This record gives sequence, structure tokens and C-alpha cells, in this order.
Amino acid sequence: MISNIIIVGVGGQGALLASRILGALALRLGRDVKVSEVHGMAQRGGSVITHVRIGGEGDLIHAPLVAEGEAGAVIAFEPLEALRALPYLIPKRGLIITNTRPIPPMSVLTGAAKYPSDVMESLTASPDRQVAAFDAQALAEKHKAPRAVNIALLGALAAHPILRDETTDEPVSLTVWESAVADAVPPKTLESNLAVFRDSYYSSSSNSLNPLK
Amino acid sequence: MPDVRLLLGNEAIARGAWEAGCRVIASYPGTPSTEITEACARYHDLDTEWSVNEKVAMEIAAGASIGGARTLTCMKHVGLNVAADPLFTLAYTGVNAGLVIVVADDPGVHSSQNEQDSRYYARSAHLPMLVPADASECLSFTKLAFDLSEQYDTPVIIGTCTRVAHARSLVELGERAEHPSREWARNPSKYVMLPGPARARHIAVERRENSLRAAAETADWAYTAEYNDKSVGVICAGTAYQYVKEAMPSASVFKLNMVYPLPDEAIRGFAAHVGQLLIAEELEPFIEDAVKALGINCSGKDRTGKQGELSVNKVRAAFESFVSPPSGSVPDTQDAPEPPARPPAMCAGCPHRAVFYSLARRKYTVSGDIGCYTLGMLPPHGAMDACLCMGASIGMAFGLNKARGAGFARNTVAVIGDSTFMHSGMTALLDAVYNRASLTLLILDNRITGMTGHQHNPASGFDIHNNPAPSVDLGAICSALGVTRVRSLDPFELTELDDALKEETAFDGVSVIIARRPCALLSKKRCPPVTIEDCRKCGTCMRLGCPALSKGEDGSVSVDPTQCVGCGLCSRVCPFHAIYDKNPAASPEGESAAAAKGETRV
Repeated sequence: MISNIIIVGVGGQGALLASRILGALALRLGRDVKVSEVHGMAQRGGSVITHVRIGGEGDLIHAPLVAEGEAGAVIAFEPLEALRALPYLIPKRGLIITNTRPIPPMSVLTGAAKYPSDVMESLTASPDRQVAAFDAQALAEKHKAPRAVNIALLGALAAHPILRDETTDEPVSLTVWESAVADAVPPKTLESNLAVFRDSYYSSSSNSLNPLK
Repeated sequence: MPDVRLLLGNEAIARGAWEAGCRVIASYPGTPSTEITEACARYHDLDTEWSVNEKVAMEIAAGASIGGARTLTCMKHVGLNVAADPLFTLAYTGVNAGLVIVVADDPGVHSSQNEQDSRYYARSAHLPMLVPADASECLSFTKLAFDLSEQYDTPVIIGTCTRVAHARSLVELGERAEHPSREWARNPSKYVMLPGPARARHIAVERRENSLRAAAETADWAYTAEYNDKSVGVICAGTAYQYVKEAMPSASVFKLNMVYPLPDEAIRGFAAHVGQLLIAEELEPFIEDAVKALGINCSGKDRTGKQGELSVNKVRAAFESFVSPPSGSVPDTQDAPEPPARPPAMCAGCPHRAVFYSLARRKYTVSGDIGCYTLGMLPPHGAMDACLCMGASIGMAFGLNKARGAGFARNTVAVIGDSTFMHSGMTALLDAVYNRASLTLLILDNRITGMTGHQHNPASGFDIHNNPAPSVDLGAICSALGVTRVRSLDPFELTELDDALKEETAFDGVSVIIARRPCALLSKKRCPPVTIEDCRKCGTCMRLGCPALSKGEDGSVSVDPTQCVGCGLCSRVCPFHAIYDKNPAASPEGESAAAAKGETRV
């Protein structure tokens, strides 16, 4: 079975590293994988979206993009961007992992538009949808790695069984995840990144999967 | 064990060129093609350069090929317009060593000014065009393109798009096969295109095209026909193939690897074997028109349309009656109102912000150009009235002033970036001087080619490998072109900028203001954020459009310390001195691109 993951955020938040880690994970699992990135003008403070598709054993991935309604998970660096990505999720189901720190778009900063006050309510409106919402920035800063928001979000993804080892039907193990992180991050930052990753993984695992309102 | 990597399509093209023994790469940056040349620069046995524009890059490629080295040049779709002049005659001269041209289209207009279809260049210049569908094909088709180029004595075009160029997929790496220089022999009847030789070469072009068309019918690299359920067959190429395979897994599929010339007889054969014939392609009905010209009934653009990109869902919807099993799930419809849009914005600390703040205040008509500063069109600045293509701002401002007269000219400025000026603005400035224009030009010199992701250029002082390079003096260029009034300033010196704008727009002649301050993203030095005390709610600073400033419910402004880079521009505009900048902005000379890269400028 193909795992479709959407990563959204604001240009410059580190989505490319997150997708590179997922790519490294797929390589370690020996699966086919496609990742669609955004380069160019949209980097400049605009909405950015990355599509990651990881095959099950023997699957061949064709389309580089996740079709609307077919994503198993949305990873959001910013809550408004999570809301914007909802049409990609499997209807009424799927998993949302989102940072809770808002970054207001220009129209909100100037007062021309309002940042919706009910973003969390909209994200958690479907009872069968799992939502893990936490301050990934604070978690990263706790380990003196303020740029590791992406690692914190992936740690929470690893705690959910969206990616499975098909031979054992177990979720991909923490060890394999950690090797994928090591494959993708600069060696100098590995230690602090792994600290963020484990912290996020264990706190997400111990929390219930119920929506955090 | 094979060495398998997850590469961008662009990185795979670079790898393919390296494996094919390519030696010379010359390109101008352009999304989504830029990373090919950047990846080539990481192979130290290649001679890679950022050229000043695509035309020069194509000409360097032509010379290198004739000189005997396998050569690659890469550009975006509108870049090929710039390089079209050498392209059409290069099709006549042919090559010596292999010459490959990569052109990256941008359906969906992610980062461009139009969504033109480059396949028509291949047809009208009579050049073969290969269209890879993923990164693995990017590598193998690049190697194939070099071989075809030498075998058929022709430049070969590789056509990609955003979803191939910027998508990663698995690629098996190979080894480099060295191709020593081919002999250089004088051959003016092949390489000097006077009318006589050109007539003879035109015959060669037609002969070559016929051989390529014959090869397209029989060669195993030209196409694949996958017969499945024969009630419906789809002809497609490139990324459209991927969407079709997923949306219509049971359909028969004819995948074109080369979209020009087309294998007419093979297409006839496929059409004869299937019931309903469909064409899936992005942008124009390029394949569809050719199939219809064969007298074959088919359906395509009547269902998919010409706008934007295809997708799995779009293919499903377009060919719904032929899709089995029927379409998948229907996405959630949102009851909630559409979230506020987040278009790209100038970064905190961006030098362009000071310029557009000033232009908006003076309510000028602004003739714009291609770069990050085109964002000056968006609120709150709304300070751009025209933007056409690279280098157009100067000629268009001159034309506007011709049409509207001297009074209009005194209220009009042209703006252009440093890289764009050198790309194709200099000739227009010469034209304005020669034809006695009344025109004010602002060169926004941020010391880098910014929008495509920070590439060096002839003014930045570094080459593609970050090695020191001659840095041209933009002011001296303007003076040499005959501009008598040239001045440079730091756009953050708002009073000086304002005075300069007033004086130069009043001058009846051509004048140039060089607004010089490095791109904010180049500076690693992070200054402490500004602080606001006793805000008087006048809203002046909000007209800067800075992502670090926001207006609260009560109208007072606050600063987001995580976004603020401490540039201090807001403290300079606050009429009540309520914004405190703890570091008086450093002079622009002090934080050059060089300092940001940790290198010493020469």
C-alpha cells in the first residue's frame, strides 16, 4: 500500500529537510518513493507544499503528486497551512501533525484579513481523524536546536503507525527512523536532532491519539 | 550492488551529462531549470558557468560543440525565447561533439510569467526533443541525447517541466565515459551561415529530420506501447504518462519518449488496435494536432483543457467514462471559509522594501521587470504597472513616455535588478540614450541573482564555484552607455532616495539611480529585533509590508522578534520615533555577498 504524505508550511521553515528524511527512510526500507518539492519564487514567505509518496513492498509509484483526498497524513509547520491542506487528506480520516505556532500571512498582518480563530476546531472536526498538535518550536528550542521544528514534527509522525514494515506488519521501528535522520542531517547537528526526534517520538507515543483541542 | 539514489530530475540530468562525458555547461538560472547547472558545478571535472543570459549560454554551447567538447545548456521555457536566435541557425550548422539543450516548462505558472509550450520550438527548428517522465529517465535520456546529437549531427532538446525537474525519484548511477575532444577542422560551408551555405544546410536539415522520423518508428528508445484493455488507448509523454498510469491502470498506453519527430506509423498502429483513442498532454494540443493530421479520430484537449498542470484527479475527471474502476474518493469539501491566502512576500530586511515604499508614496507609474522585486506589485505597495519579460522595463518605460508625453515621464520610473540589467537591460538603456529619451531608471543592485535562489553574476564578484571573479561596475557601464546622470545610494537612506527620485524624474534626459544594498538572505549577521514603545497607531510602518510587523485589534503595531532581522527600516519611517533600532543599519558595503559567504572580496 502506498503511503501518501503532504508536508506544508511557510517558505523557509525547513520542509525540504523533512522530505529528505522521509526519502532516506524509503531507501532504507527498500521501497519506491517520489518526492515533489517547491523551489523558486514560493520560497519567499509564501505557502509551500511538498508531496511524499512511499510505496509498499513491490509497489511502483507513478504520479509525483498526492491526489486530493488520498493523503494518509498531513505534516504542517503552521496551523493555517494545515487547514489549507485538508482537502488532500482521506475524507474524514487520516492523520494531522501540526505545529501550533501561527505565522500570520501579510493580509492578516496589515489587518485586511483575520487569522481564523477556529483553526484547531476545523482540524479536529472529524471524529475519526487523528490530530497531534503541539508547539514543535518549543520542543526544538528545549534541545537548543531552534531550527529542528521539522525533526520534532517527524518524531510525532514516527509515533503513529502510518508507515509500516510490511513483513512484520509493525510500524517502522525507531531505529530505522533514526538511521534515516542520520542519513539526511549534517553530522554536526545529528546529536541535537536525534534528541529532538526522540523527545517528540516518546511524548507523542505516550499521549493519546485523541484530538488535542 | 547498484548505487541507487533519490535525485531531483534536475540532479539526474546533471549526472547524465557527467556520465556522458560532457565537458562544458553554460546556462542562465531560471526556475525550474536552475539546479541542473548548480549540480553540474559540483562535478569538478566539468567546465560550468553562469552565463549573462540564455542567448550567450547557447552561443558558448555552440562554440564548445564545434570545438569538439560535449556540451550542455539549460534554461526555462521563456529563456529559450531569448536563445531562439542562435537555436534556429544552430539547427542548420549542426554539431561536432554532442550538444544538448534542456528546456524546463512551467505549466501551472509556479514561478514564471506565462505557460508557453516549448515543444513547438522543436518542431519549428526541426530538432529532436526527448521528454523524460521521471528522474531515472532524466539521466538515461540525457546520455541518449548526447549520442543522438553526434549520430545525427544535430542539437538535441530535452523537455522537462516542474514536476519532473523538481521531483525526486530513484536513480541508478553509472560511471563516467570520457569523450576526448573531437577534431576541430575548419569547415566554413557548415559553420558560416551566409545565404549560399545556408541553402545547402537547409537541405541537410530536412534530410536529417527524415532520418530521425524513420528512427522514431523503429528505435527502442523512441516510444513504448503497453497493451492492456484495448477498448481505450491513451497517447502521452513525460509527466502526463505518470498521471495516466495511476488514473487509468487498465488502459492501453502509448508512451512517447521523443515528441518530435513523431512516429506516425507506430501511432497509426496503436490507434488501429484500440477502441477510443485519447491524448493526455499538458498545455497545447501538440501531439493531438499531429494525430488528427494523420486523419485519426481522437479526444484530448476537449476534455483536459489547456490551462495549468494535469494531475491524477484531472485525468480521471477528463476521461471519466473510460476510467475503471471509477474515480476514487471525493475530497472533503470545506464548510469553513477559504483560509486567507499566503502569497510570497519580500523577506524581512529586504532592500527592495525601501524602494517600493518610496515609489508607492510618490505614486509613480512603475515599469517593472523580472525578479523578487516584481512582488512590489502586491499590497501594501501596489507599485508596479507593467512587467513583461527579462529586461523589458526600460524599453517599456520609454514607450510609455513616447505615448504619454513629457509630463507623464516626470512621474514614471523603470526598475530592474542587477542580474536582469546585465541579462538584457543594457541594450535598452543604450537605445534610450541614443534616441534622447526622458527616462529614470532604478537599478536594484542586491549583489546576487535572488529569485532563482542566489546565483552569482558578473557584478557579485564570484563565479559559480564561489571563486573570486571580476566584479563589473554597473555605474561605469551606464556611463559608458552614455548616461550622464548616474548616482549610487543605499535605499535605506530614505531621504536621499526620495531626493534622488525627485531630481532625476525632473531631469529631461536619461538618468540612473543605483540602489545598492545586499539581499537580506545573504547576511548571516542577525541584529537584535527592533522594539516598539508607545505606538501612536498612525499605520505608517504598516505601509512597508514587513512580515515582522503586525497591526493589533486596537490599531497599534507590534513586532514579531522571531521574524525581525533588525534592519531598522521601520524605525526610519516612524514619524513619532516610537520604534527603537538597537543597531544603526550597517552600510551596504559592509555586508556584501562576500562577507555572507565567509570569503574575502577582492
